Amino acid sequence: MQRSFLLYFLITLVGVVFIGRLFQLQIIKGETYDPIHNAAVKIEYDYPERGYVYDRNGKLLVANQLSYDVMVQPDQVKPLDTLEFCNLLKIDKKYFLKEFKRAERYASYLPSVFLKQLAKEDFAFLQEKMHKYTGFYIQKRIIRDYPIKAAANVLGYIGEVNEEKAKKSDYYQSGELEGKEGVERQYEDILRGRKGKKYLHRNRFNKVTGSYKNGINDTLPENGKDLTLTLDIDLQLYAQQLMKGKRGGIVAIEPSTGEILALVTAPSYDPNMLVGRKRSKNSIILMDKNNPEKPTYDRGLMGAYPPGSPFKMMNALIGLQEGVISEQSYFRCFGGYRYGNRANEFMKCHCDIYNSPIRLKTAIARSCNSYFSGTYKKIVEKNNKPSEGLDNWNRHVTSFGLGNYLGYDLPAGQKGFIPNGKYYDDRNKYTWNASTNISNAIGQGEVLTTPIQLANFTAAIANRGYFYTPHIVKKIDSKTIDTPNFTVKKQTTINKEYFAPVIEAMHEVFKTGTGKYSQVKGIEICGKTGTAENSIKMVDGVKIQAADHSILVAFAPKDNPKIALAVFVENGGYGSTIAAPITSLLIEKYINRTVSKRNKYREQAMLNMSLQEVYDLQIPKSKKIASGTK
Amino acid sequence: MRQERNNIFAGIDWILVFLYITLVGFGWLNIFAASKTEDNHQILDFSTKYGKQILWIGFSFPLIIVILFFNSKFYEKFASILYIISILSLILLFPLGKEINGAKSWFNFGAMSLQPSEFVKAFTTLAVAKLLSDRQYNFKLVKNQIKAFIIVFFPAFLITLQPDAGSALIYLSFFFVLNREGLTLNYILLGATIITLFILTIFFGASNMIISLFIIISIASTYLIYKGGKRFFRFNWHKVLGIYVIVGLFIFGTGFTYKNVFKQHHRDRFEVLLGLKIDNKNIGYNSHQSELTISSGGFWGKGYLKGNITQGDFVPEQHTDYIFSTVGEEWGFLGTSLVVILFMLMMYRIIYLAETHSNKFGRIYGYGLASILFFHVIVNIGMVIGLLPTVGIPLPFFSYGGSSLWGFTILLFIFIRLDAHKNYDW
Repeated sequence: MQRSFLLYFLITLVGVVFIGRLFQLQIIKGETYDPIHNAAVKIEYDYPERGYVYDRNGKLLVANQLSYDVMVQPDQVKPLDTLEFCNLLKIDKKYFLKEFKRAERYASYLPSVFLKQLAKEDFAFLQEKMHKYTGFYIQKRIIRDYPIKAAANVLGYIGEVNEEKAKKSDYYQSGELEGKEGVERQYEDILRGRKGKKYLHRNRFNKVTGSYKNGINDTLPENGKDLTLTLDIDLQLYAQQLMKGKRGGIVAIEPSTGEILALVTAPSYDPNMLVGRKRSKNSIILMDKNNPEKPTYDRGLMGAYPPGSPFKMMNALIGLQEGVISEQSYFRCFGGYRYGNRANEFMKCHCDIYNSPIRLKTAIARSCNSYFSGTYKKIVEKNNKPSEGLDNWNRHVTSFGLGNYLGYDLPAGQKGFIPNGKYYDDRNKYTWNASTNISNAIGQGEVLTTPIQLANFTAAIANRGYFYTPHIVKKIDSKTIDTPNFTVKKQTTINKEYFAPVIEAMHEVFKTGTGKYSQVKGIEICGKTGTAENSIKMVDGVKIQAADHSILVAFAPKDNPKIALAVFVENGGYGSTIAAPITSLLIEKYINRTVSKRNKYREQAMLNMSLQEVYDLQIPKSKKIASGTK
Repeated sequence: MRQERNNIFAGIDWILVFLYITLVGFGWLNIFAASKTEDNHQILDFSTKYGKQILWIGFSFPLIIVILFFNSKFYEKFASILYIISILSLILLFPLGKEINGAKSWFNFGAMSLQPSEFVKAFTTLAVAKLLSDRQYNFKLVKNQIKAFIIVFFPAFLITLQPDAGSALIYLSFFFVLNREGLTLNYILLGATIITLFILTIFFGASNMIISLFIIISIASTYLIYKGGKRFFRFNWHKVLGIYVIVGLFIFGTGFTYKNVFKQHHRDRFEVLLGLKIDNKNIGYNSHQSELTISSGGFWGKGYLKGNITQGDFVPEQHTDYIFSTVGEEWGFLGTSLVVILFMLMMYRIIYLAETHSNKFGRIYGYGLASILFFHVIVNIGMVIGLLPTVGIPLPFFSYGGSSLWGFTILLFIFIRLDAHKNYDW
């Protein structure tokens, strides 16, 4: 009897294993398999219209146009006359084989794109012939159209979902389009809408035999919502024109709301370049890492630079708040600031006021390095421990949104950097004090900010102590946004009364200081120019010290400010030559809606100004040849 | 004796008959679901698959009567002759067989084809039973063991040549019979070890396996030496060395065979099953589809004739080898587990009855029958639910096909005949 036990045991074991497996398949997995992931159900998609995008004045920025893709589902393809088919689609056999293999590798039972975005005239002709080729069909899609060729960096673009994502996603199918950059990416869910689905029965010959469960699972497409941006497209376009031939970024914000009026990066590109069949060719050129122009790199959000002199206002405000300086207290300047005993421990100053008291207003207007070094030293060394003093300084600076992502509704740029006490504790072996990092006083040193952070900083000054997080979307389908992040005031740590003297001084800059040649009659502009040192580069074995990057922050008018901006021009030299005229033109254009006749010469000068020669100097010859062959 | 002559149904085990009718009947319902077309619902249309199956089922009743008509002694006496005839039929396939799907497994008689290998199983079982039940026969002798092996593996060899490796695989089930009659279990253990090593080698690669197994063997032998002391090593060092060499050579050989002897489609089947390769379309398509089909049934099933995957003809060979997936979709977990349980009951019942036989012939035959059923069920359902690689053999009583149905009917009813007579002294 014992020997029959083995078979009894095995039968029982196998029975239990089988029933267990069936339990797993039919009860645990069962739900997820039905009804969608099921070969007998065919899903037909109905693509909704993607939302339109308007500027703050209702001008249409992004619209839609139709496009037609040839799709293939490899398992349904029957032997065909490849040559005829290739001629029909105007492709060569190599392309046919390559794309067909790619589609098979992806999944031969799923459709994937075979030929992208047919020309409209080809479509009508192909539509009639396509039925001959089982497994191939034409899919209608909606692609973008940009009536105004501007703000490519803000709008972003749409492109095919990548295959990995399509496989994992429960919404996207291979070949579908999604927002890849800018507003398109950030507001994808809102612009996209929801595609409609029709579930149909089909047999294995792919013949549709009726609707699945009488269509109870079917959904109608839901159109995407329209967006109204905070952008003023006229200002944006004007700024882009002024930046022609230059590299840099401009960010303009409405201080009373935090709305971004213009976000310019130069050079940029026509957004229509990334639409349609020419897209992949153009994107290779635009996104080429060796291209020194980096047209897809948003300098307004991504470029982190030492802020230079505009940062002096920050130290002035902190000094006032901390009570280490007052409007009346003064420092003396001896052609620079000596922060140590050694010969090289001396910071030069170009204020040209030798050995006489310099007070706050003058110090900002003339950009005196010695004054702010003294102030910074007092702030940091207010307490006995410099690291505590610096932490306190850091607390004030970061309250302006510097040193961290601002939280705007565009793809996150750079954080920038604001050091704290711990940073220097870790970096310095021995004790340290304000002299160790005195460059922070004048915005050089370790401090890094992005143009949009500087614009926001300026807006906070314009508002006398608070700001709204900068944002790009004003309305979703004519409903004004109410995200608390954008509608709740953010208070800085500086009291309101300390702003008045600083603003007065900034006004002085445009009245008598570096900005005096860029005044606009009737508008009181407050601003501050600055430079970010440009490091020495070796190009073709020759040392090249190109002009410094120029920086300018400004707002106007002085009371009830309407616009605050930060302008950054690569190799722009002193702010007064390029950055200041551009700023004043933008302010005039935005506030008066037009540039007065007397300032036309200024406009013309800026439009014609090109720094291309300076930029060319920095490209090694070897690279020039390489990019020439492209 | 007289009474038995008068009534061929006397002493019959009605439980088995009932299980048989249930499986065949339920099988047909599913064949109908899997093969019906939209425009033809005529059950007795013999041009359709389900119509033909009705015919096969109908003909199996006279077949049963004939089987039951013969005396039990007849099967014992004529076992060798029946076996030889069936072997001849396999040999005749080579010149006369009709090639379907690349295998010469069929005799063609006009509108109807017969697959001899389905019948040979029954007659091989008879022959094995006859050999082992011989009073002169001593299974301890190696010579006799070899005799038994030849009887079992000669038909398997011929079937492999057709080539129909799947059907040949079934003959491995005779190990259970031989084991029951005294063959040491070591053969099965050896077989299981070889299969495990084979799978692990494919999965982890030959070099990894050699290294890790050498470590395991070293630890094991160190332990044994530690326990047994120097004496153990003195007496067994050649065994330890032998294990190293054999395991190493086997793994190396597997790696080599797998890479160089196997064809790509063999490798693909293994790799899809082991999850090394995901391919839901090409080679993995069948198993993927059938798993999906079964899963979609859920607990209650979609209802008879309402399975949209079955009705849309998405599962290839659904009326034959993949018939179980129809049950899965339309009858749900209830249906599938019921079928598994029905098969289990049938096998339990056969073994139980076989063990009550005082006569060795009947017992061995019953054991053979249970083992063959067991193998068919494991291989077929295991494949359909994605636990085993794709091997094309039918589900007994269930799958479409006359040869398979009749083959199993003969197998089962010879046993029922033998069983009905077990209490008579013969």
